[in-house]
Amino acid sequence: MFKNKFWILLLAATFAALFLTAKVYAQDPAPTSAPIKAVSDNDVNLVAKKLYCPVCPNTPLDVCETQACKDWRAQIKDQLSQGWTEQAVMEYFVKQYGERVLAEPERGGFTSLVWMLPVLFVGLGLVFVWLVLKSWRSRRLSLAAIQPAPVPAGVSKDILDRIESEICKVD
Amino acid sequence: MIPDIGLIALVIAFGLSIYATLMAINGEWSKKAHWVASARNATVAVFALLTISVLTVVYSLYVMDFSQTYVADVSSTAMSPFLRITALWGGQQGSVLFWAWMMAGFVAVVVLRKWESNAALMPYIIFVAMLTTTFFVGVVVFITNPFTEMWLVPGAEDLVIAIFQPANSQQFIPYEGSGLNPLLRHFGMIGHPPTTYLGFTGFVIPFAFAIAALMKKDTMSDLWIRSVRRWTLVAWIFLSIGLILGGRWAYDVLGWGGFWGWDPVENAMLMPWLTGTAFLHSVMMTEKRGMLKRWNILLIILTYSLSLFGTFITRTGVVGSVHAFSKTALGPAFLVFISITFVGAMVLLMYRWNDLKSEHEMESIFSREAAFVLQNMLFLAITVAVLWGTVFPLITELFTDTKITVGPPYFKQVTGPMFIALVLLMGITPLLAWRKQSTRKFLARFAIPLTGAIAATLVWAVFNPKSQPISLFSMGVVFFVTISILAEFWRGTRIRMTTRGENPFTALFKLVVNNRRRFGGYIIHLGVVMIALGFIGDAFFKTETQGTLSMGETITIGEYSLRFDGLESYLGSDGREIVEANTVLFKNGQPIKDLSPRRDYFVVQEQPVSIAGVYSTPAEDVYVLLVGWETVSNQSSTFKIYVNPLINWVWIGGFVLAFGVLIGAWSQARGKVEATYSLKNQQGEGLGALPAAQTSTGD
Repeated sequence: MFKNKFWILLLAATFAALFLTAKVYAQDPAPTSAPIKAVSDNDVNLVAKKLYCPVCPNTPLDVCETQACKDWRAQIKDQLSQGWTEQAVMEYFVKQYGERVLAEPERGGFTSLVWMLPVLFVGLGLVFVWLVLKSWRSRRLSLAAIQPAPVPAGVSKDILDRIESEICKVD
Repeated sequence: MIPDIGLIALVIAFGLSIYATLMAINGEWSKKAHWVASARNATVAVFALLTISVLTVVYSLYVMDFSQTYVADVSSTAMSPFLRITALWGGQQGSVLFWAWMMAGFVAVVVLRKWESNAALMPYIIFVAMLTTTFFVGVVVFITNPFTEMWLVPGAEDLVIAIFQPANSQQFIPYEGSGLNPLLRHFGMIGHPPTTYLGFTGFVIPFAFAIAALMKKDTMSDLWIRSVRRWTLVAWIFLSIGLILGGRWAYDVLGWGGFWGWDPVENAMLMPWLTGTAFLHSVMMTEKRGMLKRWNILLIILTYSLSLFGTFITRTGVVGSVHAFSKTALGPAFLVFISITFVGAMVLLMYRWNDLKSEHEMESIFSREAAFVLQNMLFLAITVAVLWGTVFPLITELFTDTKITVGPPYFKQVTGPMFIALVLLMGITPLLAWRKQSTRKFLARFAIPLTGAIAATLVWAVFNPKSQPISLFSMGVVFFVTISILAEFWRGTRIRMTTRGENPFTALFKLVVNNRRRFGGYIIHLGVVMIALGFIGDAFFKTETQGTLSMGETITIGEYSLRFDGLESYLGSDGREIVEANTVLFKNGQPIKDLSPRRDYFVVQEQPVSIAGVYSTPAEDVYVLLVGWETVSNQSSTFKIYVNPLINWVWIGGFVLAFGVLIGAWSQARGKVEATYSLKNQQGEGLGALPAAQTSTGD
């Protein structure tokens, strides 16, 4: 019976993983040549935060101090002021410098694996824990049926009762 | 001359490490106790020799002996003596030597302490621990030797780095060294690397004990479990302190307003910490109930393998990172060694699988045992998620030839919910009894922290009206756990007050002192809750703004505003050019502090370092960075301001955690434990015939 349950739960966990990691992409609006609008440093940082410096290892673009990164931030500012959306700016950077500029790996294609495995692992882990606990318990029950707990010698029933009641008070 | 002494000591230490490894196991197999004793002496001698080796490197750094390649690479005349000495672990060669020295130190302490009580396991412990030490010392001798010198060889384009003089060459001694990486020139250099290394290397001891017990077929006795637990605690607390100091250093030096960036090297430290923490909990199941023996050994193997993996990542630069050193020949050597260690240990575990049966079975799924198993699963799941995220860029590059980044958004989304679940379990588990728990009593005990948490969360929501549901839930969990733990203190204290008539302070003091492991554990949990509070503040309540100010202008963030009053530039003492802004921080229109955020530029290394101006309170930090300025007139500057709520609770939590470990590890002499609970005589007299009972709820 456990076997069937295990496979059903495994299947459910797989679907849950796929569901959780699926990302629906909106149609990307193409960059427009809209009139220039005011863009603050905070607007730039909101986008730069989601990008990684294409040259420095493991440094988000919004905090990177190299001249190259300053130039890239200036470029983002230009693009935003020309009406580019955040999505368009990010796609531009991916096209120019590769997927490594994305702080968050894509949820499609090969990189969806990075999202799926932990979810699957947790699902399987929970199933495993449940099955282990159940098997321990059922073994315990069958053992208990054969071996009643021994009563310590030389301890009267009165004392045992009092121990029990005192423990109850503490607990 | 002095470096030669260090080199000779190092080479002898390598020979003696091999000798100790072989003699220990050979002595045990051929039943020759004097061979084992000789292995023990060799183990101590290895530590002594490595100490000499380390001291000679420190001496060379102190006197700036630039004939040594390592000294020329990591020190310079501009650096203070303090920084020059810490440069021992500031570069690869020195740090691997330092690493090997610490490991040898741990092994020496183990063979010198309690030799008699662990005599049966000692040959195996020496064998396992010295095998590892041999590997590290071998790496120092053959791959990352800190005693090399530079030689000018006719016809060669570059300097030749070698220990011995090549034919027809001349020694090259530079007038000045390159100096330490600017990011490492910080007071934290004295704390973070050594404690981290102590944590990493310390895990060799529990691993050696576990493997020794497997080899000796001695897994049924609880002696090794006690030793392993204590040694794991030693390594664990150093790693914990290392993690927190590393966070603090990142906050002070890296200039991005945060303390944890999910960098591969940070992850490398976190993983053994996670499995080590899981072990410290699961080992209680073995001590109390004789359960989870196989699981414990698996966790120890994992923890140690992940420590080696962490070393691999840190030392070989295999995953690009701000911390990692350049790529060297270390990689293959480490990979082979990690594989042998992990596979060998696992094979041994499988071989002894049937000897490691549980002695008890579980009575109820609604029990502390079940909560422990779930908690262990969560620790392991977080470890897997972190490991997967850390190595995934390598896997992608291998299979698709595409470089990708797995940054904080992945780690936060994947591990965040699991961390919250773990913190919640910290509050629920103390409410559950071992074996089985009656639902009625559980609900009665559950009601107080639950009610308190709901009330506290509502108050929080009133004062923070913009809170999202997830942040409110996280705060609710923190309140729940805090109340649940404090209620344990209150219950214990109240029982002592009732049964012994003690005043509240005496009762609380004696409660903790007489149940050090249990209440030490609760104090550690309180520390963890405080650290969790810091992470919640960082994840949900942090705000930031950036803007360019002319002289006298202000920028506002929340109830704070910052006024720019001028910019000055000057030369620092160790070859840095400093640009410092004068600013005044206001809160609700009132000036509260002058802040001087600055940018230091290290000319030789061509590296800028931002040093924030910080206004710090227990509730929040205002962290101001100077990110740019108008270079000609110095009349305007760009500032980035972070308001980091609750961040200081990370550091406070670190202190509380360390205090809890001290309480928990404070050895309790057997037989001298004062009972915290005794049966009351109905007539007011003790029961005489019955010894005083100790609390059974356990630790």
